[in-house]
Amino acid sequence: MTVQALQDNLQQHFPDSPLILAGNELTLEVLPNQLLDVCHKLRDDALFKFAQLMDLCVVDYLTYGCDTWVTDQATTTGFSRGVEVHGESTWTKPRFAVVYHLLSVEHNFRLRLRTFAPEPYLIVPSVLPIWASAQWYEREAFDLFGVLFDGHPDLRRLLTDYGFIGHPFRKDFPLSGHVEVRYDPQTKRVIYQAVSIEPRVLVPKVIRDDSRYEP
Amino acid sequence: MPHIRNYTMNFGPQHPAAHGVLRLVLELDGETVMRADPHVGLLHRATEKLAETKPFNQNIGYMDRLDYVSMMCNEHAYVRAIEQLLNMDVPIRAQYIRVMFDEITRILNHLLWLGAHAIDVGAMSVLLYTFREREDLLDCYEAASGARMHANYYRPGGVYRDLPDNMPQYSAAQWPKKELARRNANRQGSLLDFIWDFTERFPKCVDDYETLLTDNRIWKQRTVGIGVVTLERALQLGFTGPMLRGSGLAWDLRKKQPYAVYDRMDFGIPIGKEGDCYDRYLVRVEEMRQSNAIIRQCVTWLRNNPGPVIADDYKVVPPKREVMKKDMEALIHHFKLFTEGYCVPMGEAYAAVEHPKGEFGIYLVSDGANKPYRMKIRAAGFAHLAAMDEMSRGHMLADVVTLIGTQDIVFGEIDR
Repeated sequence: MTVQALQDNLQQHFPDSPLILAGNELTLEVLPNQLLDVCHKLRDDALFKFAQLMDLCVVDYLTYGCDTWVTDQATTTGFSRGVEVHGESTWTKPRFAVVYHLLSVEHNFRLRLRTFAPEPYLIVPSVLPIWASAQWYEREAFDLFGVLFDGHPDLRRLLTDYGFIGHPFRKDFPLSGHVEVRYDPQTKRVIYQAVSIEPRVLVPKVIRDDSRYEP
Repeated sequence: MPHIRNYTMNFGPQHPAAHGVLRLVLELDGETVMRADPHVGLLHRATEKLAETKPFNQNIGYMDRLDYVSMMCNEHAYVRAIEQLLNMDVPIRAQYIRVMFDEITRILNHLLWLGAHAIDVGAMSVLLYTFREREDLLDCYEAASGARMHANYYRPGGVYRDLPDNMPQYSAAQWPKKELARRNANRQGSLLDFIWDFTERFPKCVDDYETLLTDNRIWKQRTVGIGVVTLERALQLGFTGPMLRGSGLAWDLRKKQPYAVYDRMDFGIPIGKEGDCYDRYLVRVEEMRQSNAIIRQCVTWLRNNPGPVIADDYKVVPPKREVMKKDMEALIHHFKLFTEGYCVPMGEAYAAVEHPKGEFGIYLVSDGANKPYRMKIRAAGFAHLAAMDEMSRGHMLADVVTLIGTQDIVFGEIDR
C-alpha cells in the first residue's frame, strides 16, 4: 500500500482529524479525548495495523519562530545582542504537543500522530494499554516536559536525578540548569548549590527567508 | 517458623556486567527474579537540549557519542533527517561510502557485543579475538575520518572527504624490522585494499568465534530458552533490529525501507525461531557475515567509480580551500557557514536507519532557523531495556546478566 492509499483510508476513517502530508510523511492531528479511540483503530483495523509505537515525544512550542539575532538591522553593539529573544512566536496552537511515531510492519508504512496537551493541567490519556512500549516513553516525556499521562500506573521520573525539581527540556528551563553539585570538604558530603555557570550563546539563532524553500 | 520474604538487591551502577551505568533494583525470591526495575539516566547529558543551541552541523559530533560503539550509523540518521528537510541530493559515491562504513560499524558493534556478551556469561577468550579484528576496523575509521572512534565523518550532502589513497602504516621507530614488515604487509595499498584484505580474512574469524561458542555446551546452557520473547510481545514492546528478528520477523529497514544504496546490495536477513538469547546470538553472528558481503560489494564499486563525495551546494557544504583562494563568493559562503551555519526550512522530518541495535531514528523539528528547534532521538536500546522487567521475571539472578548482554545495551544512546 502506498502513502496515497494510506492517506485516503485515514481521511475516510477519521474525517474530523486534520491530516498533513509533508514530503513523504503523514501526520494526523487528534484531540486528546479522541486519542485512545483513534489509537485502538489504528492498531487493530486491518487497513492500518500499526502494531508498533516506535517513539513518543513532546515538543514545546514556546519559542517557535523566535530568533535571537536581528537580521534586518546593522548591529552596533556587536555580539552581546545574541542573547536576547526577539519577536513573538509564530505558533498559534497550544504550547505542548505530544508526538507519536507509529510503524506498521504488515503494510510497511509510518504515521505520525500529534495531540496537543490541554492547558493548564497538561493531561493526555496514556496509550500504555495499546502499546506496551509507551511505558518508558511516557515516563520520559513526563520527566522532561511535565506532561501527565492519565492511566499510566508508574509515572516516575526516568532520566533526571533522584529528587530533581523542574522539567528540563521545556524551553523556559535554562540550558545550564538551576543547581550544581560539588563535594564540600567542611561537611564532608556532596552538596547542591545555585549554578555558577554564566549562560551564553555561542552562535545566535537566525531565521532567514530563503526563496528556495518557499512552498 | 521463620518469616520468609523477598529481598531487594541493588545491581550496579558500577557492576562490570552492567555495560556502563545501569542500576537495576532486583526483587528476588531466593535466586529467582520477581521484579526488575532499571534506574537509568546516570549518563544523561541532555543531548537533545544541547542540540537546540547549536547550528545543525555542530551536532554531528554529538551523534558519535550517543551509541558510542556504532558511531557512523548514528550520524547517518541525523544527516538523513537534515537532507530530508533540505530536500537535498547526495552524490552516489558518498552513498556507497556511507553504506560501506555503516556495515563496518555494524561489524564493529557486533564484535564488541559478542566479546562482552561472552565474557558476561563466562567465556573469557572470545573478547580477545573480537578486539583483534576491531582494531583493524578502527584503523579504517581513522584512515577515513582522522579519529578512531568519534568519527564526525558524515555531512549533510555527503561525507567529509574522499577515502585516502594510502593506508597509514606502522612507523619504523616503534617496531623491530621483521615485526614491522608483518604489520605493514596489508597496508601497502589504499584504504580500499586494506578493507578488501580484511573482508577476505574476516569470515574465517567469524568461524573461529563460532567454534568457541555455537556448539559450546555451557554457552547453550546459559542462552537457550533464556529471555524468550514471542513475536507478538516483541512488537508490543517496540523491539527492533536483531531483537525483533530473533523472534522470527524478517524486518530490516535496509530491505523494507531502503535508504542510501541498500537497494543495490545483495544480502540476506537472518531470523530466529524461538526468540531466545541463543537465537539472537545466531542472528547477530550471521549479520556479521552479511555485512562482510555488503562491504565487498561496496569496495568493488568504489574502486571503479571515482567522483564527488559531497554535494556541490555552497549554501550547505563549505567550499574547498583551493577555490576559496581565488573566489570571493566561495570565501563569503565559507565565512557564513562557519559563523552562522545554514538555515533549514520550516517543517519536521523523521529519518530512521537500521542501526546495529535496531531502529535508530531522528525526529527533527525546524522553525526555519540555523539550529534544530527540537530533536528527538529514537534509540533502539531504550525500548529494549524498558522490557527488562518483563524479560527477566522468573529467571535466575545469573540470567539477568545474559539478558543485559543479549539486549546489547549501550548507555550512551539510552540515557542520551
